[in-house]
Amino acid sequence: MRNLASLILVLWAGALGAATLEDRQLFEGSGGQPTLRVLSSTDTDTFAPILEGFLARNPALNIDYAVAGSADIVTLIDDCPDCFDVVISSAMDLQLKLANDGVARPLSGLVGNTGSQWRQSLFGFTLEPATVVINRAAFEGRPVPETRQQLIEALRAEPEHFQGKLGTYDVRLSGLGYLFATQDARTSETFWRLMEVFGNLDAQLYCCSGAMIDDLVRGDLYVAYNVLGSYAATRPDARDRVAIITPSDFATTMMRTVLVLDSTQQEAAATRLVAYLTSGAWADEDQPGYPLPAIEAADLSVLNVVTLEPGLLVYLDRLKRQLFLEAWSSALLR
Amino acid sequence: MSAEPRSLRRRLTLTLIGGAAVLAILFYLVVRTYAQQIAQQSQDRILEASVTSVLDAAVVREGQVEMDLPYAAFAMLDTSADDRVFYAIHQGEALLSGYRGLVSPPFALSAAPSFDTVPFNGVDVRVATWTHSLPASPRPVLLSVSVAQTRDSLAGTLLAISINAAVFGGAFFLLAAGMALWTSASTLRPLGLIAESVARRGPSDLRPVTRAVPSELSPLVTSLNSLMTRLSQSLSQSETFIAEAAHRVRTPLATVRSHAEVTLMRVDKDENRQALRSMIRAIDESSRAAGQLLDHAMVTFRGDQLERQDIDLVTICSEIVERLTPVAEMMDLDLTLVSDGPVPSKADPILIQNAVRNLVDNALKYSDPDSAVQIAVTATPAPTITVRDQGIGFPEAEMALLSQRFQRGGNAKDTVGSGLGLTIANDVAEAHGGRLELKNLETGGACAILHL
Repeated sequence: MRNLASLILVLWAGALGAATLEDRQLFEGSGGQPTLRVLSSTDTDTFAPILEGFLARNPALNIDYAVAGSADIVTLIDDCPDCFDVVISSAMDLQLKLANDGVARPLSGLVGNTGSQWRQSLFGFTLEPATVVINRAAFEGRPVPETRQQLIEALRAEPEHFQGKLGTYDVRLSGLGYLFATQDARTSETFWRLMEVFGNLDAQLYCCSGAMIDDLVRGDLYVAYNVLGSYAATRPDARDRVAIITPSDFATTMMRTVLVLDSTQQEAAATRLVAYLTSGAWADEDQPGYPLPAIEAADLSVLNVVTLEPGLLVYLDRLKRQLFLEAWSSALLR
Repeated sequence: MSAEPRSLRRRLTLTLIGGAAVLAILFYLVVRTYAQQIAQQSQDRILEASVTSVLDAAVVREGQVEMDLPYAAFAMLDTSADDRVFYAIHQGEALLSGYRGLVSPPFALSAAPSFDTVPFNGVDVRVATWTHSLPASPRPVLLSVSVAQTRDSLAGTLLAISINAAVFGGAFFLLAAGMALWTSASTLRPLGLIAESVARRGPSDLRPVTRAVPSELSPLVTSLNSLMTRLSQSLSQSETFIAEAAHRVRTPLATVRSHAEVTLMRVDKDENRQALRSMIRAIDESSRAAGQLLDHAMVTFRGDQLERQDIDLVTICSEIVERLTPVAEMMDLDLTLVSDGPVPSKADPILIQNAVRNLVDNALKYSDPDSAVQIAVTATPAPTITVRDQGIGFPEAEMALLSQRFQRGGNAKDTVGSGLGLTIANDVAEAHGGRLELKNLETGGACAILHL
């Protein structure tokens, strides 16, 4: 049933001309109306438990869950603001720009942590640090780096061992990769030195965390930088082969954010979904041990969390982005 | 001006409260306007700082503008209300980066940024624009940076200040209104006190008002005093005139009476004797009336300046009984005095004498022959002099009016009298701080009690 529905939806998505949709599935409640259309940057498999938990509590709803890259989401919303009700993305800066540009609808009655919402229209609901994921086998007999500096030293010590075995986001393609890279660059100069080392060792560039973890597991990659550790933790095949390191010098931590489009006809249902996500109930009650960590108020002050503020718009500026990409390219692509 | 009389107090209160209301509203508006300016200024300063930091980040390299936007340029625009931020960067008139339509060319160089409130994206935004000339070859580049911010936080601040100002204004108004009520009441209190003290006076008290009054009231009080002085003078003149007239009438009347009596003895003819008797009777009546007028003038005069002495009421009454016994015997009446020893009192003997004489006179006059008139003097609880007769009594319906001047009972038509007797007794009682009580005895007859 679910397969049939997803087939139809993929076809329908093709008919819409939204070639950038990576996946589309319908999650049905107990034969209910209406259908809430969610556009998300999170893989369906990862997010399905949350959606099922929500539908268990709201059986009178269906969820049409579409997946697209975080950068593509902006284009999709631009092209067809009426096609979706809810947008979930890990690219906080792009989400903030959507809210800033007036695409998001302010929701009343949702009291969240003040640091994890913006204008009552953009709500953070997970707290996920960017991590270094390494292939255990490749570091056999070698010290495991805890900081960026240690990683740089390890790479410089054995350039031939790591040659072509490093991976990171292609920030030109990935919204989340761009957010992590810009926030790293903001925080520390070490980021650029690391990128130069990566560039010297012919680092591979990826669109998404999933592909990087695939290659790590296979042993094609030894080190992946700025990967969402939560993705690696969800993979049963990855558990033994890779180690997830949260750098102890600083760990850029992003929030997965959700917003409700202003054009929605389903405000009540959308508000219920946002309330469920921000409540963190999916992590504690519905899915104990679920890898996406919900926001704990204590974490907000400890971790190097990217805050929802207008400053995020800076790196989205055309000129700023141009300068950043130039610097990034000159470090990595040589 | 309204023709109908209006309350001074209400007018004063309304004026003060109205003034307070105007002041409170003015206060609210001034605070609000001022707060609006301050809030707008602080937003403008932040926008200016943001624009400046953006401009500082710009360089021209090989004719191309490079802009390394500082993170702080927008981060500093973070507000408690999460205001939305828009910006536009123009080189010349071409949009380099940012939001199209936020501002429109042309841009002019200026020493300071310009500020404006414009609608953008469906909301009002405050926008700061500053144009700089960046040195470059072959010619300098004009770079205009505009940074805009919504006004939600400002509106929130303003609302909070407005609410505070309204609360303060309201409290000020309530306080001022309370003070207005108090002020108008206390300002007009002296007026009320004077009115009350004048109203409380006895009917013949025409002394000037000596109470200290506010200077605004002194003209009124002065006029009132002078009016009372004139009134008092004219009253005493008329009393003097009456007394003088009565005195002057009485003496010739006595002469005429004695002539008439002598003539009566000489005349034999019955009808002539009858005429002479009527004449003597008329003369008596006139003489008596003149006497009472004199008495009354005396009472009025002495009542104003009472000369209290230690006297024995019994002594005074027995003198009167002694003097009037011949008259009583002539009318076959039994006049008696009853007392349990002396009754001392502080009173004006002449006035008491006058009062008792008039009461007894009345009693004798209205008594039937062969009846008794009794004077009783008692000391407890207060000194009283009671005069009882066995005559026709007072007419019940008119009893309250009888002590007024020239008022005679409806049943006294065929008796000689001026209607001043009870008035005199009443005035004497009141002058001594007492009263005259009139009642009819159950056994028949009138009873007049002089309470001192």
